[in-house]
Amino acid sequence: MDSEQISQQVRQFIVDHFLFGEEGDLSDQTLLLEEGIVDSTGFLELTAFLERTYGFRIDKQELIPENLNSISNVANFVARKLANQDSVVSERSRRDVTR
Amino acid sequence: MSQDRLPCSDWLKIDCQAEVERICGSIRQQVLKDLRKRGVVVALSGGIDSSLVGALCVHALGRERVFGLSLPERESSPDTARLSSMIIAHLGIDSATIDITPILESAGCYRFRDEAVQKAWPAYGPGCKCKIVLPSLIDGDRLNVFSVVIRQPDGAEVEVKLGLEPFLGIVAATNFKQRVRKMMEYYHADRLNYAVAGTPNRLEYDQGFFVKLGDGAADIKPIAHLYKTQVYQLARYLGIPEEICSRPPTTDTYPMSQTQEEFFFAVPYQILDLCLYAKEHQISVEQTADVTGLTADQVRRILRDIDAKRRAARYLHAPPLLVGQGLD
Repeated sequence: MDSEQISQQVRQFIVDHFLFGEEGDLSDQTLLLEEGIVDSTGFLELTAFLERTYGFRIDKQELIPENLNSISNVANFVARKLANQDSVVSERSRRDVTR
Repeated sequence: MSQDRLPCSDWLKIDCQAEVERICGSIRQQVLKDLRKRGVVVALSGGIDSSLVGALCVHALGRERVFGLSLPERESSPDTARLSSMIIAHLGIDSATIDITPILESAGCYRFRDEAVQKAWPAYGPGCKCKIVLPSLIDGDRLNVFSVVIRQPDGAEVEVKLGLEPFLGIVAATNFKQRVRKMMEYYHADRLNYAVAGTPNRLEYDQGFFVKLGDGAADIKPIAHLYKTQVYQLARYLGIPEEICSRPPTTDTYPMSQTQEEFFFAVPYQILDLCLYAKEHQISVEQTADVTGLTADQVRRILRDIDAKRRAARYLHAPPLLVGQGLD
């Protein structure tokens, strides 16, 4: 899954859950907290959506604006997490084959 | 940040005598004339804010027109009952002590709270204690996402990130405490034909550190314009016992002791006072950093958090919306 696909899914979730279907001038760089689109409870909803949709766990240390405060940041964060997962899976597979 | 590095500034110094007279004039006008009540009920937790409100009401109306309430429950700090008795005796007012534990048990406060904690930490059970905390805003950039800290019966502590459902469940259940206390305050206010005095300071009022229809409910709020630093100045000016003045601000809401900083503000009150003052007076980030001893980035994070909490507080402050009305 590429970053553009992730952006679309995250955007759809944000529009549906926080903007009640009205996308307005939401861009991938819109700051979700500063613009009042997502509050602290909303970030809990957003992280639950990401964990459910992409099948990874988000650690406390990852709950920072750099990862979650815009659609673009979220998409990059998810892409990194998925890439790390893939590399872990690949490494495990390689070890299994070697054995 | 250690206490000896906390900032000291003239920004928040006030003329205590003039401020006391101004507040007391307002209390007299509001209670006796505007609200046409015969006195004031104030719940005294043993903390600095409620103690100051009690003292101001006595100064304004006389001790015979102030009724104090001590409203402990089974998870209150042992200091709560002792210090609330201390301030009631110090003020020389009539009072009642009501243990609200049975009401909270009947309402399901403890059971619902524990069930919500178990969703985050299934082993939570008898002998465990908990509190919810935010990460420090000074230590690094972060979002306001709570964790629950659990102390197990053997003393070991574990901190677990809270998901949406357990977080909302814990907060909803613990809010019973503030709402039951307010119910008792209004019982006595109705019985005596008194008004209820709320005790939020400026940080709490501005940032929404209160429960809607709980400690947020009151007829007058005599110190809601005072920064916490100014609350301490006035408390010492009015001779509030030093043990109360030197007690760290607590929430006294969860079984584990919990400071207001770790529960809500995420910053020491001395710092937040100065940042809020700077924001109110359009003082630059650089000058604020200089006065607080923080970096410019840290100040920017705090200012951003002030804005975020203000947005969340709009709901808490809002009266019921009538048809056609909005929050703006």
